Amino acid sequence: MRHIISVLLENESGALSRVSGLFSARGYNIESLTVAPTNDPTLSRMTIVTTGDDRKIDQIEKQLNKLVDVAALQDITVAGHLEREVVLVKLKVSEDQIDKLKQIAKGFNASLSDVSTNQFIVEMSGSCEKVDELLNSLSNSEIIEVARSGAIGLAFGEDALVVPQP
Amino acid sequence: MFEILLFSPSSVYSKKQDGDTVQLTGADIVVKSLKEEGVEYVFGYPGGAALHIYDAFHRQDDVEHILVRHEQGATHAADGYARSTGKSGVVLVTSGPGITNAITGIATAYMDSIPMVVLSGQVMKPLIGYDAFQEIDAVGISRPCVKHNFLIQDVKDIASTIKKAFHIATTGRPGPVLVDIPKDITAEVAEFLYPETCELRSYQPLIKEPLPNEIFTAVEAMLNAKQPIVYSGGGIVAANAQESLREMTNKLGFPCTNTLMGLGANAHSDPNFLGMLGMHGTYEANMAMHDADLIIALGARFDDRITGTLHNFAPDAKVLHVDIDPSVIDKNIKADIPIVADLKEVLVAFNRELDRREKDINPELIKDWWETINKWRSLDSLWYNYDEEVIKPQFVVQKLHEITGGQAYVTSDVGQHQMYAAQFYGFSDTHRWINSGGLGTMGFGLPAAMGVKFAHRDADVACITGEGSIQMCIQELATCKQYDLPVKVINLNNRYLGMVRQWQEFSYEKRYSNSYMDSLPDFIALAEAYGHVGMQIDKPADVEGALKEAFAMKDRLVFMDFITDQQENVYPMIESGKGHHEMRMRPGSKNLS
Repeated sequence: MRHIISVLLENESGALSRVSGLFSARGYNIESLTVAPTNDPTLSRMTIVTTGDDRKIDQIEKQLNKLVDVAALQDITVAGHLEREVVLVKLKVSEDQIDKLKQIAKGFNASLSDVSTNQFIVEMSGSCEKVDELLNSLSNSEIIEVARSGAIGLAFGEDALVVPQP
Repeated sequence: MFEILLFSPSSVYSKKQDGDTVQLTGADIVVKSLKEEGVEYVFGYPGGAALHIYDAFHRQDDVEHILVRHEQGATHAADGYARSTGKSGVVLVTSGPGITNAITGIATAYMDSIPMVVLSGQVMKPLIGYDAFQEIDAVGISRPCVKHNFLIQDVKDIASTIKKAFHIATTGRPGPVLVDIPKDITAEVAEFLYPETCELRSYQPLIKEPLPNEIFTAVEAMLNAKQPIVYSGGGIVAANAQESLREMTNKLGFPCTNTLMGLGANAHSDPNFLGMLGMHGTYEANMAMHDADLIIALGARFDDRITGTLHNFAPDAKVLHVDIDPSVIDKNIKADIPIVADLKEVLVAFNRELDRREKDINPELIKDWWETINKWRSLDSLWYNYDEEVIKPQFVVQKLHEITGGQAYVTSDVGQHQMYAAQFYGFSDTHRWINSGGLGTMGFGLPAAMGVKFAHRDADVACITGEGSIQMCIQELATCKQYDLPVKVINLNNRYLGMVRQWQEFSYEKRYSNSYMDSLPDFIALAEAYGHVGMQIDKPADVEGALKEAFAMKDRLVFMDFITDQQENVYPMIESGKGHHEMRMRPGSKNLS
């Protein structure tokens, strides 16, 4: 099963390597990992997409919680949630394919930037699945490079990832 | 490990300024912080990046620095001190090779959840990242084997970071914490105020008490069990919970077993105690685990040396698992009744509930179970034949028990001798058996014994070792001389890396690849060269007399080189891929009819 785990991390040097080191040392999968500061400058929010059965996910959460720099975590996939990933795709397109590209972009609600002669960057935000679909639709074009942000997400409803008050 | 001093510390003297504020150098703040933590001994080795701190040690005599001969020895000594006292061990090393040499000892403490604070010098802040002389990323290299670590960036943070380090090392599930301190900030000056508490919002080691319904459910399972076993580990030692454990097992009359790390939790003489379990545990302990209908796991983690293959493990058992660390619950074995809380509090609550329900304790329910266990017991799975000609290692350990009244602190290295010590010494209390259980670190025994000796000056301290392991930290004999540490070294010398040889005999068709120790030193001469007493004993009849003679020399380290049977193996054994019920017994063992 695929899980998206959000982690609030102390904004300390080395905190990221503690998390990535934990995953490699214990042989857990990482599909994607993103990290950036939050509105609280002392905290970073990390989003990890991982896979495993319930027992493995349970261990991942427990081991993450053991890290001193982890202030809180939440598996947002256990209930309704919003998942977003940003993708940028640089393509080379011949004159006669431009209309087709514009059509695909429209269908995916993606924007197109004209960056060079016959080169475009397609930009889209959506679920990781949606991003996969977009890349699939573009597979007939000459893709030069792809940058994916990895997933971020928030749980629906009143559930929120906050530092528990002691 | 010296570096040429490129500059002199600008201000190394403490001076009092207006009001109550005390201005100190970073180095003095380090030492004063240790004093505030009640540290008696720091085990360490100097070098360039740590020299300001060493200078600060020179200016005071509240905290004693013990100069070892290798940084690995410093960590093991601090570890032995910690294991025998329950207090945090403290280590000081320099940057680069100082900290890399310490890593083995830090990992040893980590695997066995031993509280330890390691202070390491680091190159000056402006040089970090430039491959400076003796620079290594200490935080990075230690990260997988510490509970937490810090690189201090500002002299003002030294005191509060050391406070946090001790707090993290000693609370929750204990473990080593590294504090890396760049040299330049140990020369800078700041106000010294040791914090009374520390705020760590992201570290809240369990403070919750066990819930009444958890206790009720657990006790209910105990009262209904027909084939129970109490399986307890190092958590009992860490929580100081042996009295409560014994109270509980006495009330219930349940069979008990200890892990290698938990030995002493139940007294060896307790009739309910089945001995150690696991790979070289007793037949009755392992069979009782396998056939149990209720396993009461207390501060133990079901590691692979305990369980054998998981698919064969205790097929009919309900598992009640108590631990302070949530991550060990359901890690290897699924718990039916998990309780995450301080072990001692849980045991006290169990006992209270058992008192309340005293009339429901029914010894008849486990009568058949005890009969079965006693049948297993009758095999005497640890048996061996005394030999007139050649010394059996087990015999030496048994005699050591007799001569020390079973009250010695016993450290060990890793291998066959470690298992003989665990099987045959017979511990009556916790904190007495000091060995590297998780990491399995050869070289641990002698320096650990030094740490024990510092903490227990008047107690007998024996290091049971082998001729392979002892050579991994033999240099610490010099430290023992310098500080007058009359440890007794029991070298079970079979001229083989015995456990490797045993596995090669069993699993590699006796291809003894590199397990023979050729060119051994003359251990008597070696001990004497270090200023100690050396003895060699090669006749079984001389074992007792020699031990008596050695232990009578209260103020001397005696290195006892016992020439033991080369072919002796540790039995019984759960071989790789086998379950608890498939133990390999000593050839010639009785069969159950």
